[in-house]
Amino acid sequence: MLACDYLVCTQASFPFCSLFVIHKYDTTNLTPGIIYNIWDTSLLKKMEISVAEAEKRTGKNAVNMQETYTVYLIETRPVDAASEGTNPALDSLWRRYSEFELLRNYLLVTYPFAVVPPLPEKRAEFVWHKLSADNMDPDFVERRRVGLENFLLRVASHPVLSSDKIFYLFLTEENGWKETVFETGFQAKADSRLKALNATFRVKNPDKRFAEMKHYGDELQSVISQLLRVRARAADRLYGVYKVHGNYGRVFSEWSAIEKEMGDGLQSAGHHMDAYAASVDDILEEEEHYADQLKEYLFYADALRYMCRKHELTQYELEMAVQDLTSKKQQQEELATGTIRTFSLKGMTSKLFGQETPEQREAKLKMLETQIEEGEEQVKERNAECDEFVKSAWVDIERFKEQKDHDLRESLISYAIMQISMCKKGIQVWNNAKECFNKM
Amino acid sequence: MSSAGAPRSLASSGQKSIQDICHPLSAEESALNPGSAGLILPNGTPVDTSSPASSSSLLNRLQLDDDLDGETRDLFVTVEDPKKHVSTMETYITYRVCTKTTRTEFDLPEYSVRRRYQDFDWLRNKLEESQPTHLIPPLPEKFVMKGVVDRFSEEFVETRRKALDKFLKRVADHPVLSFNEHFNAFLSAKDLNKRQGLALLTKMGESVKYVTGGYKLRARPAEFAAMGDYLDLFTQKMGTIDRIAQRIIKEQSEFLMELREYGPVYSSWSSFEEDLHDPLEGVSGCMSNCSSALEELTEDMSENFLPVLREYVLYIESMKNVLKKRDQVQAEYETKLEAVVFREDKKTAVPSDVEKCQDRVECFNADLKADWDRWENNKRQDFRQLLTGMADKNIQHYEKFSIIEVSMLLKLLRHPQNQKEINNIKPI
Repeated sequence: MLACDYLVCTQASFPFCSLFVIHKYDTTNLTPGIIYNIWDTSLLKKMEISVAEAEKRTGKNAVNMQETYTVYLIETRPVDAASEGTNPALDSLWRRYSEFELLRNYLLVTYPFAVVPPLPEKRAEFVWHKLSADNMDPDFVERRRVGLENFLLRVASHPVLSSDKIFYLFLTEENGWKETVFETGFQAKADSRLKALNATFRVKNPDKRFAEMKHYGDELQSVISQLLRVRARAADRLYGVYKVHGNYGRVFSEWSAIEKEMGDGLQSAGHHMDAYAASVDDILEEEEHYADQLKEYLFYADALRYMCRKHELTQYELEMAVQDLTSKKQQQEELATGTIRTFSLKGMTSKLFGQETPEQREAKLKMLETQIEEGEEQVKERNAECDEFVKSAWVDIERFKEQKDHDLRESLISYAIMQISMCKKGIQVWNNAKECFNKM
Repeated sequence: MSSAGAPRSLASSGQKSIQDICHPLSAEESALNPGSAGLILPNGTPVDTSSPASSSSLLNRLQLDDDLDGETRDLFVTVEDPKKHVSTMETYITYRVCTKTTRTEFDLPEYSVRRRYQDFDWLRNKLEESQPTHLIPPLPEKFVMKGVVDRFSEEFVETRRKALDKFLKRVADHPVLSFNEHFNAFLSAKDLNKRQGLALLTKMGESVKYVTGGYKLRARPAEFAAMGDYLDLFTQKMGTIDRIAQRIIKEQSEFLMELREYGPVYSSWSSFEEDLHDPLEGVSGCMSNCSSALEELTEDMSENFLPVLREYVLYIESMKNVLKKRDQVQAEYETKLEAVVFREDKKTAVPSDVEKCQDRVECFNADLKADWDRWENNKRQDFRQLLTGMADKNIQHYEKFSIIEVSMLLKLLRHPQNQKEINNIKPI
């Protein structure tokens, strides 16, 4: 018997909603309690969102070829405090995965300082042998459905992202949404920024905090990947252990046929061994939940690193602007005083081929002045941009940290509960088998 | 044990106790009376050997001893106190064998001797040789793979001790085997001079050795055929179970390997987390403990479950040999009888050697039948014990596992953030 008086149960499907129900530990009943949503959210206060179903569709794609794809049903319902008791109508529309991707890319570009919630994986990774890597596999589709719902709920509970118009339209306007997104012109920004992010550039004075955050993202990604790999291998092995016990069922049955008094006990024990072998499917399905929760943070780590890179980019651009301004100011000084401090080809050629006319110099000085004015404006802009970015980003990072700590702790708790439930089942089956053996 | 109520009883056995009657099947007796056609009781009454019922009825009465409670049992044997002996040549374990008895075959009422596995093995061989019509209980396996099993680990030694104890108890409870003088020597002799056995054997002479080979069996009686068939099928099932158990051990070991990787990964994760540092460390520790629990379970399968299974397979081999010998004895009798019947003209009495053959067959069959029943009972007991033991070990494993997980859970829940939320929720 286990010696604890209270057991707190938690349900895992909404990791960022916490729930606690305390009841006295009862060995016969270890079911989870009720979910309470206790997080203050913006959009979620006004509407309920869910991804209710998934369906297969066929159609012609961009290159006019037949393709099969899955669509997901998004259901929304206004939360009307006044109309308690009445069930307001459900709005619903169908979206496919690529539209979710489009939404996310839009959010990434429009809110560069935000840690944008990740989508569920595009292709099944970290699979163990029984789990299908096929995108059309119903189990995969189901897990993806849950992941997409999670994504929407996370965006809807984000203090900044939740008030975005495009997001709202995604949930409510089935037709024409894509065009609206493209009209924002975010793609242009996206392309240039993406190119910049992929390029290698060096920041002279990296912000320590962001550097640390990026490093943290790297480490988190690495460790969760390791964990998922181990888990996949362990799942394979555990499956094997349970399934081989099923062979006992068969041999006990055969053996019981040649026994007299021992026969009944053996036969019924064999049935329990079969039940034991079959129980592994449920166990591993629940474990898959935990793996999915880890995967979400694997991808979150990626989002974090992406945001840190964006910060580096803004800082780099600021540094470039400052550099540019400094060099222009220097040029101005040289021209005005006639001294050449820095080596320049122009300077050399003019020394060789004679100086320019005073009119030319005048023109140049005027041009530089305007350039410097513009440069100073740009530096001011970029500085402000950087400051804004840092301020907003850091707010979101703090929010993210709290969320992550909370969610991962929740995941560990539900993992422990799942393991305990697995043990309970195991004890029950073996007790049943033992009873049968005793009757031999 | 009065003669009242005993079928076709030996009337004169009323005054003497069972212990004082020389066992009619004891080989020594027939050796001492080479000339007699039949067996004679010490008080002079001839034993009616022409009908198997008489000798087997005596057997049956002796067999009743088995089912009596401790009060009427007159021989108690235990194996205890294993000790390691280190000498220049070898290291080995000895066990104390304690005997308490009121039998007059023993000089003293109590004995305490030290014996090693070799001695038990010697005893079993001697019993097989001297009591070929009986099923001799099994011993734990002789050879253990060095490097795979630690012969001197407490667990292994204890498992062996229990098996040796069971072996001696079964011999002691056997109405025939318990009177065997090798058994007596094993229990009482200070120094077991194993050559002693050899001397006794030659003294007993030919009547103990059954002629094997050369005779063809006409018809095996149904019940013995059934025994043979059953043993074959039973061996098959044992083999299958052995293979399944080995596979489980293999899968569990490989699972264990993966389980062991969890701990370090969670540990390294905790190293770069702040708030999550403690919970992740806790999970890491939990994983290590779970690994140990699983390791214990797997070891137990290897050390306790598989060996018993294998002992039974070996045991069944020796049982099949006894069945073969029985067949031989019957074949010899049938052949000799045929030869006699052939000679119709000779109106002499059935020659004594044919009669002797008939006796042998009937005694063998009776012994075997009685021992088979005993074996069935023991087998049932043994397997009930083995399988409930396996179930127990699995239950214990899961209980250990869940205690580890519960303690980890409680640690996770003790976080101040959770505490705040816990306080805000009303109980349901």
